[in-house]
Amino acid sequence: MSILVSAIGQGLIWAVLGLGLFLTFRILNFADMSVEGTFPLGAATAVALIHNGVNPYLAMLAAAGAGAAAGLITGLLYTKGKIPILLAGILTMTAIFSINLRILNGANLSLLNQKTILNGHLMQQLPPFFNTVFVGMIVLAVIISGLIYLLQTNFGQSFIATGDNPTMARSFGINSDSMTIFGLMLSNALIAFGGALVAQNNGYADVNMGIGIIVIALASIIIGEVAFGDLSLNFRLIAIAVGSIFYRFVLLLVLQLGFNPNDLNLLSAIVLALALLTPKLQNVFKIKKVIKGSVARHE
Amino acid sequence: MNKPLITLTDVSTTVQNSAGAQINILKKLNLTINEGDFITVLGSNGAGKSTLFNVIAGGITATNGTIKLHARDITHESELTRTKYISRVFQDPKLGTAPRMTVAENLLLALNRHKSFSLMPRRLNKHLATFTQITKQMGNGLDQRLQTSVGSLSGGQRQALSFLMATIQKPELLLLDEHTAALDPKTSAQLMQLTDEKVTANAQTALMITHNLEDALTYGNRLIVLHDGQITLDVTGAQKAQLTKDDLLNYFASY
Repeated sequence: MSILVSAIGQGLIWAVLGLGLFLTFRILNFADMSVEGTFPLGAATAVALIHNGVNPYLAMLAAAGAGAAAGLITGLLYTKGKIPILLAGILTMTAIFSINLRILNGANLSLLNQKTILNGHLMQQLPPFFNTVFVGMIVLAVIISGLIYLLQTNFGQSFIATGDNPTMARSFGINSDSMTIFGLMLSNALIAFGGALVAQNNGYADVNMGIGIIVIALASIIIGEVAFGDLSLNFRLIAIAVGSIFYRFVLLLVLQLGFNPNDLNLLSAIVLALALLTPKLQNVFKIKKVIKGSVARHE
Repeated sequence: MNKPLITLTDVSTTVQNSAGAQINILKKLNLTINEGDFITVLGSNGAGKSTLFNVIAGGITATNGTIKLHARDITHESELTRTKYISRVFQDPKLGTAPRMTVAENLLLALNRHKSFSLMPRRLNKHLATFTQITKQMGNGLDQRLQTSVGSLSGGQRQALSFLMATIQKPELLLLDEHTAALDPKTSAQLMQLTDEKVTANAQTALMITHNLEDALTYGNRLIVLHDGQITLDVTGAQKAQLTKDDLLNYFASY
């Protein structure tokens, strides 16, 4: 039972990454590699600050800020510097690795005996692992409703249009460069925030914790899409959270089969590859159409 | 005589070809677009029609010469700023619309031109009645598909939508870049008819590139021919009305 609760909790907090990546991968239509750097950046920032006695909530905000700054750099390299997005992301990711070593003053830093948002007085009243579920639900509720609101404003619609057709967006006076930079900043802020959350849940930050993050975040997006099919934008965001939980169940299952945690990246990649291949394997269900479907369908 | 809206004076554009040589596309081109003009633009491939549009819209900056809007020099104004007063419809129906957004969402974007930083809710439902009404004028079933994503529309519907979006907030100048060329003959004729109705009814100043000589003769009050980066023929009003297809064919044959 508690192993299931743990998986749900993990799924909920990791869903923050899927939501962050959705903004670039699905709305702006490109793969942003900087997330492999901003995830541990958020973790490192928050853990180092908490270690120095900073309030964990403030530490998480700072983590999000650091992620946004990294997204800004990728965005500037891509839009103003005309560096292809994959390379721009890899440059940022590589640079952040060194920065993380500086922040942590080593390869990792533990949160042992530190106050985090997951071990406050209230949290200790809850049964084991329910603290993660509780925090995860609150965080997701806030982020998802924030995104739903934002994407249905004129600004959000312009942002979506930029990803959909930059030529058209520009011809209607939308500054597609600004929109792209904004998307990268918000996306990386969310991912760094997710990193701060995961680090507090794990009890430490490690410079290598970013490896394979993009695959895990994509998995929650793709699994949500394959599982639920064609949804309106609002429900797609919720589907990511559910997809993230499904993904944790899949991992739980394979670990039960006797794989060891060192195999996790291999397993994550296989799970994602299978989810991505589903349309090819099962054309009968027209899932291909589903995955390419609308990001902005009206309710 | 109407007041000049856009004035191009001695406009030249220079680009480098792949061998690194300097090539002039527009060569000291002069053109005055008056308010209310509906100008059809003819010219062979490579004559500079698209470059002319890009120089007016701001995608290409003139190497020499000036461009004025009313009395204001806009030669170095960015493409993004010029979208405040210039609308474009491209030849490719895919370029003018956002495929994964719905028809209504696309129209709303066009309606909210230059309000892209507003953080107020979009209030799509408030506009649905208006959208139904204006799409009905198109007479191609677009009004039944307001909630459909644009990617699943036919090319004709999609281009009609592009045209509607470009004109929903009356721009000072409308640039039509062979906007009916990619459509089948029937749909093309329909959209051309609609274009003419809308442009005439709104006294919309417009430039229309076309390769269809009949369209060039039938529509608009003025016809210009571009050849080798310059305007070699410019006829207006009664003079244009007397022009025949044979005249034009003879004219082109003389080059």
